[in-house]
Amino acid sequence: MAAIDILEVSKIYAGGVEAVKSVSIDIADGEFIVLVGPSGCGKSTLLRMVAGLEEISKGTVTIGGRRINDVEPADRDIAMVFQNYALYPHMTVYDNLAYGLKNRGTPKAEIDARVAEAARMLEIEPYLTRKPRALSGGQRQRVAMGRAIVRKPAAFLFDEPLSNLDAKLRVSMRGEIKQLQKRLGTTSLYVTHDQLEAMTLADRLVVLNGGRIEQIGRPLEVYHTPASTFVASFIGSPAMNLVQVTREGTRLHFGGQVLETGRLPPLPAELTLGIRAEDLRLAQPGDPSLRLKVEYIEELGAQRLVHGTVDGKTLTAALSPEIDIADTIALTVAPSRLHFFDTSTGKRITQPLDPAAGRRESATLPEPVLV
Amino acid sequence: MHRTKLLDHVILLIGVFIMVGPIVVAFMTSTHEAADIHRNGLQILPGGHMIDTYTTVLTKEGGFTGKITGLRMILNSLILGIGFAAGKIVLSMMAAYALVYFRFRFATITFWMIFTTLLLPLEVRILPSYEVMNALNLTNTYTGLIVPLLASATGTFYFRQFFKSIPDELLEAARIDGAGPFKFFIDVIVPLSKTMIAAIFIIMFVYGWNQYLWPTLMTTDETFFTLVRGIKQILLVWVGSNIPDYNEAFALAILAMLPPVMIIVLFQRWFIKGLTESDK
Repeated sequence: MAAIDILEVSKIYAGGVEAVKSVSIDIADGEFIVLVGPSGCGKSTLLRMVAGLEEISKGTVTIGGRRINDVEPADRDIAMVFQNYALYPHMTVYDNLAYGLKNRGTPKAEIDARVAEAARMLEIEPYLTRKPRALSGGQRQRVAMGRAIVRKPAAFLFDEPLSNLDAKLRVSMRGEIKQLQKRLGTTSLYVTHDQLEAMTLADRLVVLNGGRIEQIGRPLEVYHTPASTFVASFIGSPAMNLVQVTREGTRLHFGGQVLETGRLPPLPAELTLGIRAEDLRLAQPGDPSLRLKVEYIEELGAQRLVHGTVDGKTLTAALSPEIDIADTIALTVAPSRLHFFDTSTGKRITQPLDPAAGRRESATLPEPVLV
Repeated sequence: MHRTKLLDHVILLIGVFIMVGPIVVAFMTSTHEAADIHRNGLQILPGGHMIDTYTTVLTKEGGFTGKITGLRMILNSLILGIGFAAGKIVLSMMAAYALVYFRFRFATITFWMIFTTLLLPLEVRILPSYEVMNALNLTNTYTGLIVPLLASATGTFYFRQFFKSIPDELLEAARIDGAGPFKFFIDVIVPLSKTMIAAIFIIMFVYGWNQYLWPTLMTTDETFFTLVRGIKQILLVWVGSNIPDYNEAFALAILAMLPPVMIIVLFQRWFIKGLTESDK
């Protein structure tokens, strides 16, 4: 167990392509950090640099206070779980778990004890004598995790470990990984492109884009106060609605339609407005309202996603399935739930209007209405 | 599923007849006396001299010096075949391992240079090879017979392709598990290549077993004669009123066939796996 310190780390490939650009992350002992981003954002490269599978072009990585830039992967006191499991196909499950320990010259009795312990934890005891090919995907993934656990490393590195599993198994394995990590208290670095996985697993999220960190924060923090339009559209499903609007006093112009917010922080005249789909709700009868021209509806069971346009700008609203949807519906949003971004840089402009914005029912202001 | 019809059987039977027929004729003929064969040509019925012909072939000391027996020739052929196969596998596996897993300059060029030698048959370089062996005083030794032919472009090529199909993550997992290059080779690569090794072994064994030109050139000492050479030797006695020992030649030919057939029967399952399967 140890803290990991990633300091201004860059990866520059031969040919000058910079895959990771001066990334710094402080990881506390026992923390579960998830690196999330679209493919090609450098998240795997960063993980592989920590693992020692890629050379660190610039910057330093320390694990437990020890600089490990030039240390062999085997001596970094880390264990890695791969997407395709990377089990040795010709070895039994037992040998797969024991191989790393054998190479370290661990005494036989201790190997036995550690493998038995890991097998019990992961409930793979009945399969110890089998070869990986005789196991299902979920069982293989457990073995891969077992191989990491027996090493009792300072840190676990996960490289999209659940991507090869079917959706249902993924959800249950996600829960198990989380529990296991809490139980063992081992510092973990987890790479995924699945924002849901990232949200549910992480103590803190690191959102990467184009080799740079867009935002680091606790999942809800990132969800409720995304630092940029990129984070806003990447975290959360459906993606946050981002609309180009112009401001005039306390009014926001959606093309031809106007949203009267009551009050606004200082903002430029041109900005990008962000609204979560679930923050949009039907305007009460009698309210002046904005008309969303409904284009199509996705039924998710618990809620229904209504996709449509407001004066040519697309919006998605997550509404209760009990509401009947007409061709055109009137929508409204609490001002505290509005997110403002600079149109040219994509950066978040202010803190939310209301300090209690993290909470759902924070609107003490009169409901603004799209006029 | 396709239902087997009579025609399918007929086609297969014709195939079997064409393949097995000559072998049966050779075997039957070998059980007759040489004079018989000379008079009546090839035989398809058993002749009743099987045991003495085969005993003679295996134990009679023949050749110009009268020292070489059939058993000795079989032994020589086996040494050559197994030496070839084992040596080529070890060498080409190591070469392929270096080409695939070590990043060194000109690796690709090196590979293609090795690969193009595939186009050169042994005969092209047989004289220079002989010169080298002669200068090293290695003619009439097993070393001289085996070593110059060990470099194998075919083997290197097959193993390279095979290693390339092994996922990189396996190497990475092994590195994190603390396995160095040597350990990774022994603990992971070799066991994974088992079927491939079997396939290459068969191909190379048969290749070595059937060598004729190279042993002829390299060995003048009859104790190094191989079976394939022995067959030719028997028919070289056509002087005066001697009738060549056709029966013995046929018997030797049959004997020469057996080990490769046995190897293929034994390794068949692995052989097919090695050439078709990519289950990792």
